[in-house]
Amino acid sequence: MPTSITNKELIIKKDWCKGCGICVEFCPKKVLALKDGKVEIINLDACIKCGLCELRCPDYAIFLRGEI
Amino acid sequence: MVSGLIEKYFRYNRLPHIWCPGCGHGIILRSIVKAIDELGYNKDEICVVSGIGCSSRAPGYLDFNTLHTTHGRALAFATGIKMANPNLKVIVITGDGDCAAIGGNHLIHAARRNIDITTIVFNNNIYGMTGGQYSPTTPKGEKGTTAPYGNIDKNFDLCELAKAAGATYVGRATAYHAKLITELVKSGIQNKGFSFIETVSVCPTYYGRKNKKGDAVNMMKFLKDNAINIKAAKSSDAERLNGKFLIGEFYKSIEPEYTDEYNKIINIFQKER
Repeated sequence: MPTSITNKELIIKKDWCKGCGICVEFCPKKVLALKDGKVEIINLDACIKCGLCELRCPDYAIFLRGEI
Repeated sequence: MVSGLIEKYFRYNRLPHIWCPGCGHGIILRSIVKAIDELGYNKDEICVVSGIGCSSRAPGYLDFNTLHTTHGRALAFATGIKMANPNLKVIVITGDGDCAAIGGNHLIHAARRNIDITTIVFNNNIYGMTGGQYSPTTPKGEKGTTAPYGNIDKNFDLCELAKAAGATYVGRATAYHAKLITELVKSGIQNKGFSFIETVSVCPTYYGRKNKKGDAVNMMKFLKDNAINIKAAKSSDAERLNGKFLIGEFYKSIEPEYTDEYNKIINIFQKER
């Protein structure tokens, strides 16, 4: 059974983030921003849990928990 | 805490990886692992082999059978592995320099034999690890540390090369088109024969900086804006295709596979005994 959207949680693993900004740029809802060279969630309410940040993070530093 | 995919298939105690900020290789590697996951293979059924270069660091982070070999020779080692144990799904991860320059002969002959190996090239258009020398895929006119006034060589089209040499599955995707990488790798692994998948990566540190392509985000946008799927290209006019490059599944065919043919010979003599 796929996990429902509401059960997914957006997680950032800051020590792996290299601050490239790819997730920030390609997030369709502008949920993310770079602060002090690391990614940060600035508008979690807007997040639609699409997973595009996880898809294109070169460093596996941002992901949705509750799915593989 | 790490994601489920990373936890299951990566040696994540080795992470973060050595690749530069914004390097496309990490995206491509995750997409490959996603393909293996979706096909449902046991980790012990997979063997990932690499040569030398930025791309070739990839198997070190993966929890499959893995082998990090010598420069250009990943396909030679992979051929030995496949002959010794044809049941293994052998995947070669290589770079544009590793695969098309020093390893060019191994590539064309592995393709000619149609041995059941899936080769995935991480093409960043430059030798990243050694400092930005131009490679066989550096576009004509572009700069590298060894081509400060622009490269005068014509660059290889790796997919055309692999197809001409006899590969039975050929496709191209980019680090931006990560889901397409997963699709192509799935089809490539399932193809009984030599599969060749070119993944266009981004190297902001050397190729990008030398050629004023901007940062990683700008280089990813370039891939997004300039890659056209071959299916869409068929119905596009010449004007829209001008200056663009193609991605997608380019070629597939069914041909006799090398280890099968070899085993037929073995079987003839085993019956005589």
